[in-house]
Amino acid sequence: MMNDKRFVLLSDEDNVLVCCGKVAAGEKVIVEQQEVEMATEITVGHKIARTPLEVGEKIIKYGAPIGSTVKPVGFAEHVHIHNMKSDYMASYTRQAKVGE
Amino acid sequence: MKGYLRSDGRKGIRNVIVVTYLVECAHHVARTIVNKADDSAVQLIGFPGCYPNDYSLKIVKQLCTHPNVGGVVLLSLGCEGFNREALAKTVTDSGRPIETLVIQESGGTLSTIEAGLAAVDKMKAQIADVAMVDMSVDELVVGTICGGSDGTSGISANPAVGRCFDMLVEQDAVCMFEETGELIGCEQIMAERAATPELGEEIMRSVAKAEDYYRAMGYGSFAPGNAEGGLTTQEEKSMGAYAKSGASKIHGLIKPGDLAPQGGLYLMDVVPDGDPKFGFPNISDNAEITEMIASGSHVILFTTGRGSVVGSAISPVIKVCANPETYQKLEGDMDVNAGKIVEGKASVDEVGSEIFELVKQVAAGQESKSEALGHQECLITYKQFEAIGPACLPVRQIGS
Repeated sequence: MMNDKRFVLLSDEDNVLVCCGKVAAGEKVIVEQQEVEMATEITVGHKIARTPLEVGEKIIKYGAPIGSTVKPVGFAEHVHIHNMKSDYMASYTRQAKVGE
Repeated sequence: MKGYLRSDGRKGIRNVIVVTYLVECAHHVARTIVNKADDSAVQLIGFPGCYPNDYSLKIVKQLCTHPNVGGVVLLSLGCEGFNREALAKTVTDSGRPIETLVIQESGGTLSTIEAGLAAVDKMKAQIADVAMVDMSVDELVVGTICGGSDGTSGISANPAVGRCFDMLVEQDAVCMFEETGELIGCEQIMAERAATPELGEEIMRSVAKAEDYYRAMGYGSFAPGNAEGGLTTQEEKSMGAYAKSGASKIHGLIKPGDLAPQGGLYLMDVVPDGDPKFGFPNISDNAEITEMIASGSHVILFTTGRGSVVGSAISPVIKVCANPETYQKLEGDMDVNAGKIVEGKASVDEVGSEIFELVKQVAAGQESKSEALGHQECLITYKQFEAIGPACLPVRQIGS
């Protein structure tokens, strides 16, 4: 099975993949040699989990830690401010601070 | 490539007159002079505050004696704290023509605008025959910044600028990257690239200082658009931003307005020293661009994912767009489409070479997009700095 080219692995140690082309919710794609139906839309620049992740696990991207999970994350699920946070300082949207 | 030879030996790639207001109260008069002059080489810069500040004096001095600047018209209201005499002396000593207009002594708005326009006209004639001499890549100073980053920045535009930086440093140009607040999380790997262990310690300290400072401000260097574009945390943004620095050794650490002593890669520490005092280190991207120009940058490489449109007074800004969807939307503002990398249509090396060639063309006189569109932003705020320590500028061994 060919992995979907819209999800790119930046470094072998990473546990997330980066989206390089929009994928619709409900679309069936091949990720890590497995077929999976996407729960949500994933847009360019966003990340999905390469493996299931426990709470408190480090997220690795570019081969480096970029924060930790605050909720369990399923395989191929969107990894973002709703389920991970910085190990340094809070992020924020126009409406709220997140990951405090 | 030809440059305008200045008395300090530096060479400029542009020959502009800066009309410089020294307090917000003189801004309208200065802006009106620039608007009426209607010449892209007559540009507006200035500082809004009435209180004196060593940092802002240093930055304005460095801008007014930047190699891309041929002449200076100062606009003072008259009662502000800015040391206009010290600034005028620095400009005069550099051999550039300068005219100081004090509004309170020049009959107010209308007559000062008239006097300013006359000064600009006279100066244009004076600087028209500045000697142009051969200039090579090893005399170029190039800065880089990212603004409106998203999840594509770190995989396309930023590493492509990094490759361009590697090529420039290889040819002994000065390259600078900055914003230690956007390098939080990269301090260890960055310190390992320092030319000496002592410089590595200075780099670690500068990032620790940034973390303390931003924590005191209550916000990291992270904007809502970053999150919309797929970036989740400060350290994720940092890892992407860090890619702009390329793979060379880091040869020194400078602070805003400091000039790099020789070719190489420099980190600019833009976070103020001492207790947090005057607010956010850089209130928006143009504050950082202005600082890199004050440190002599001839050209700025600006990477963006969400899409910025800014340019700058004095030095051309080249826009490198990371995101192919943004490029579609804002093509008229973008010089380079690094989104090709995200689409799998070009390699990081290919786009890096494209940026390198464009830097040389813009240095040779070609207008960048933001320059042609009339973007001439300039932003200076209050800050305080201590001088850099002796470990910050180790002597670079040739070829290292």
